Amino acid sequence: MFRFCGRNGMWMAKERMIAGELNQSHVRSPMRFSEYQVDGFFDEMFDAGMKARPAAKMLAERIEKLPVGELRLRQQSAEQALHDMGITFYVYGGEEGSERIWPFDIIPRVLDGAEWDRVERGLRQRIVAINHFVHDVYHEQKIVKDGIVPEELLRSAKGFLPACVGLEPPRGVWCHVTGSDLVRDADGTFYVLEDNLRVPSGVSYVLANRDLMKRTLPEVFNRVSVRPVADYPTQLLNMLESIAPEGVDAPTIAVLTPGRFNSAYYEHSLLAREIGAELVEGEDLVVADGALCMRTTRGLRRVDVLYRRVNDEFLDPQVFRPDSVLGVPGLMDVYRAGRLGLANAPGTGVADDKVIYAFVPDMIRYYLGEEMLLPNVPTHLCYKPEELAYTLENLESLVVKPANESGGYGILVGPKSTRAEREAFAERLKADPRNYISQPTLSLSRAPVLVEDRVEGRHVDLRPFILYGEEIYVMPGGLTRVALQPGSLVVNSSQGGGSKDTWVVDGPAEWALEAEHA
Amino acid sequence: MLSRVAENIYWMSRYLERAASVARLLDVNLELALDLPGAPGTMWAPLVDVTGDRPLFNAAYGAPTMERVSHFLTLDMQYPNSIVSCMIKARENARIVRDHLPMELWEEINALYHFVLQAAQSQEGAPSNPGAFYRHVKGSGMLLGGIAQDAMMEGELWRFFRAGRMLERADKTSRILDVKYFILLPDVEYVGTPYDDIQWAALLRSLGGFQSYRRFYGRISPANVVHMLVLDGAFPRSIRYCLGEADHSLRGLTGSAPGGYVNAAERVLGQVNAMLAYTEIDSIFLQGLHEFIDGLQARMNDVDAAIFETFFAPFPSAPGGNGSGRRTE
Repeated sequence: MFRFCGRNGMWMAKERMIAGELNQSHVRSPMRFSEYQVDGFFDEMFDAGMKARPAAKMLAERIEKLPVGELRLRQQSAEQALHDMGITFYVYGGEEGSERIWPFDIIPRVLDGAEWDRVERGLRQRIVAINHFVHDVYHEQKIVKDGIVPEELLRSAKGFLPACVGLEPPRGVWCHVTGSDLVRDADGTFYVLEDNLRVPSGVSYVLANRDLMKRTLPEVFNRVSVRPVADYPTQLLNMLESIAPEGVDAPTIAVLTPGRFNSAYYEHSLLAREIGAELVEGEDLVVADGALCMRTTRGLRRVDVLYRRVNDEFLDPQVFRPDSVLGVPGLMDVYRAGRLGLANAPGTGVADDKVIYAFVPDMIRYYLGEEMLLPNVPTHLCYKPEELAYTLENLESLVVKPANESGGYGILVGPKSTRAEREAFAERLKADPRNYISQPTLSLSRAPVLVEDRVEGRHVDLRPFILYGEEIYVMPGGLTRVALQPGSLVVNSSQGGGSKDTWVVDGPAEWALEAEHA
Repeated sequence: MLSRVAENIYWMSRYLERAASVARLLDVNLELALDLPGAPGTMWAPLVDVTGDRPLFNAAYGAPTMERVSHFLTLDMQYPNSIVSCMIKARENARIVRDHLPMELWEEINALYHFVLQAAQSQEGAPSNPGAFYRHVKGSGMLLGGIAQDAMMEGELWRFFRAGRMLERADKTSRILDVKYFILLPDVEYVGTPYDDIQWAALLRSLGGFQSYRRFYGRISPANVVHMLVLDGAFPRSIRYCLGEADHSLRGLTGSAPGGYVNAAERVLGQVNAMLAYTEIDSIFLQGLHEFIDGLQARMNDVDAAIFETFFAPFPSAPGGNGSGRRTE
């Protein structure tokens, strides 16, 4: 009989370690948050007086009861599980990039259910207004004619695609999958940093983080009422089926990926598996007889709905970038003819322009007649001479961002920059003011993360995911990203960010009251 | 199933089987070296010959010693058919199609990949306990087959996985037999010595067939060993068994009955299977075993090409399509 010596050896070692720790627990003092400092930041787990917030109270107590070193062991076993399951992402650079294990911190971030409900209402309001806007700009452009958004801005927005003018996606829904980035400032207020309307990624890691949490801290998990995230794939499937061409009852769905070296390939693969769709690359697809088809072992098979994780400009070389090999020639013709559902609809990137983003409060007023529930970060638009001047004068205290980048690339974080960097950046700004915005440097909230056997505060953000089909679904919580370097504000996984499971916890009504008064 | 995905699965399966086959060979040879104290250094060269890559080896290593051959076949990342190279390619193919794979299968492939890679990247540059290392790789290969059998629907995934595994296995059995035969049986009239018996037994053990041989054939005789490894329809590593299983797996894709064909893969496989089914052992020896195996290997290459034509490349690439990077052989 063969034996898996290597692996068995490892597990045995781990079991011994755990057993050893447990035997010693009676002589050691349990882990304490007593040395933990909130350092004047808004902390997700503790208030300024180091009292656990009501929704996080149970979690803090449970963690304190664990023997010293136990949390670290659990963290290691979570990392081992990530390694064994091959939950990875790709970092670009080098010839083919490199594969990295998804970075995970074992202490969950807890959000109070009642507070989350308010965030969720704000997100719904926002996505409805933005969707109105996208539809409007590709049709009558009333918002321009009424003088709310300057025509010049729209025309110069990189995400505005003339080829999308007049498109009629089913029920007028364009933004099917959105992953807005939220941050909290020093007083705990949530702000929307950006909306990510094109091909937001990260949702698979929310699912993975939750699975890990259930495996590694079950005794905490099962005592707290955490809203589930596991139905996301079903919700995604429902949404995708809802955009099938008319008359197709059981649509064939495919997920279009740029390929195996894309940083989010793991996610594309996981979502395809979870919704039972084919994972396709551009070269697997061909337009034949007016339909989009995939090349299978039994010949061509029609695709009715495409969840595409390829950016607009690569979708169809006949319409957008002619050098694209990631898309399918003729795809847009099929789409225009109503013989294909596409999520997201092409053209949504127009609202991802960070200059356009600054107009979301106006959109909400204009289309819905409401006031914004979830605020924008105050934004200076550098195309306006006075705001450019202000930005240039205050580079040291501002965050300056290009209007059309994602992944945290091309950003100047004033307080962390050198004089030389600021000078170089100022030149870029002056050369192309339309494509830059600036915002005050927020004092991002922090959450405790495990650093060896201690807990230390690190800055976090939050990316909830919103699906817009026949109805709107907002995933409870979302992806909490952590800037793992002390003091860092950069949470992007491509630049050393980590992640946490995010719990939306419902409790007795008095929690909500306590939270209100805190 | 997408043609590209089918091809990835087929190659994933072939590389997994190849890695396990190499581990089997090395494991048995290591044991044999212990059984034959003072055995000639020549017992390591045939292992390289099995792969058909002797020139590559000679260029990089020189004289074939145990350490050199082991390293070449196990952990040499430059050599495309070493265990570590096979596992890198198997795992990359698996990663590409992991949405199709049962999670347990993916995790086992991933674990085996890390296990092998760790040895390749270790300070020593060699497994600390080679015997245990090869048994792990071999055992993991069997586990993978078991997971596939237990967890896959008998659809296209299973059939391409199975076909790849069986064709790779048939190829390896034929190569092992060819090389050993040259050493063990210079001519048909040659009568073996006890030393040869040990070698024949080792050959059978490397294919996991020694016990079965004893039970069903009894005493070692070259003709019987060749019969079991080539013509026996019941031994799961015989060429006939493997090619029959490959045929069966692929026919399930079209539903066509044995005895006819609807595509090139079925035609070529059908021909070679019929030949094996109606061949006597004596006629193989009459023709010469080496010549017979040479012919078989040529037919197996035809099978591979026919599978590619039939299933993986059924349509010309779309204009503007980029054909590169999809075959991860």
